Amino acid sequence: MPFKRYVEIGRVALVNYGKDYGKLVVIVDVVDQNRALVDAPDMVRGQMNFKRLTLTDITIDIPRVPKKKTLIEAMEKADVKTKWENSSWGRKLIVQKRRASLNDFDRFKLMLAKIKRAGVVRQELAKLKKENAS
Amino acid sequence: MAAKRKTPVKSRNPDLIRGVGKYSRSKMYHKRGLWAIKAKHGGVFPRHAPQPKAPAAAEKPPKFYPADDVKKPLLNRRKPKPTKLRASITPGTVLILLAGRFMGKRVVFLKQLPSGLLLVTGPFKINGVPLRRVNQSYVIATSTKVDISGVNLEKFDDKYFAKEVEKKKKKGEGEFFEAEKEVKKKLPEDKKEDQKAVDASLIKSIEGVPDLKAYLAARFSLKSGMKPHELAF
Repeated sequence: MPFKRYVEIGRVALVNYGKDYGKLVVIVDVVDQNRALVDAPDMVRGQMNFKRLTLTDITIDIPRVPKKKTLIEAMEKADVKTKWENSSWGRKLIVQKRRASLNDFDRFKLMLAKIKRAGVVRQELAKLKKENAS
Repeated sequence: MAAKRKTPVKSRNPDLIRGVGKYSRSKMYHKRGLWAIKAKHGGVFPRHAPQPKAPAAAEKPPKFYPADDVKKPLLNRRKPKPTKLRASITPGTVLILLAGRFMGKRVVFLKQLPSGLLLVTGPFKINGVPLRRVNQSYVIATSTKVDISGVNLEKFDDKYFAKEVEKKKKKGEGEFFEAEKEVKKKLPEDKKEDQKAVDASLIKSIEGVPDLKAYLAARFSLKSGMKPHELAF
């Protein structure tokens, strides 16, 4: 019931609307009740409404409004990228992106692989059923 | 008429902007060496004796003068170009046919014909699509490419695909009442040979890629949840 992820300086968030959709950004300052100053290694530091952000579990240790260099160093130290890519949320997004970029031929190969796997599973199941029945 | 040059004349006077040359008339006179030609011929420009004109045939006055002036329509000098080919369609691309007898079939693109239509083949052994012409608008281009280097396509053009002209039969009374036998037109042997020749090297390169043969043999269809505007082909 209580909140687990707080808006704080150093909180890593995912942008869920707008030009930077899908990017991971770090909250470096709070402007007012609705907006935060947000920064990422590959973008210009700017303000963003909280409604455009979804907080993640990752935080990094930075002073308020750090220089770009300090920000990048802190992100490397906390290993934000690997933590994100290993989290279940991050992995889901990667899979979604991969599925959306599939070629028509890729989708065909995927279908063949699914059928093959289902066949193997069904064989094993039949074997187990037979063992149980006897 | 002066003798024709082997290479077209290249202007010695480059344009500063359109309509304005870099060199003046006197400078160009010097550049072209007209002073040297004059000097060679003793201060006079060489002149050819006028060639005897062929005697013009005596024109007969016309028999009929029309009462009103009839306007001649303007000349149409337009030469149609083949349709611009989409950048995603290159020789060897796998295309999905969207209409016609073979709709949904995945097919290999060979080349664009002068009429603008695309020359396409199944290959015939794999999915039953022969050498065929197809319009660009009825096709989805996928990003899968097949190696097409071993194929000779020079003999195929629009005339190859023209319909055979049947000789007109004179309508006799007897023939009217006879039931017209529908003879199914057989495909000439040389067309079958052409198909085999084109497909031979194609099939080899297709079998080099795993699953590609089965892919070309299967038809494309939209399944539940597939949104065409979100799919990447």
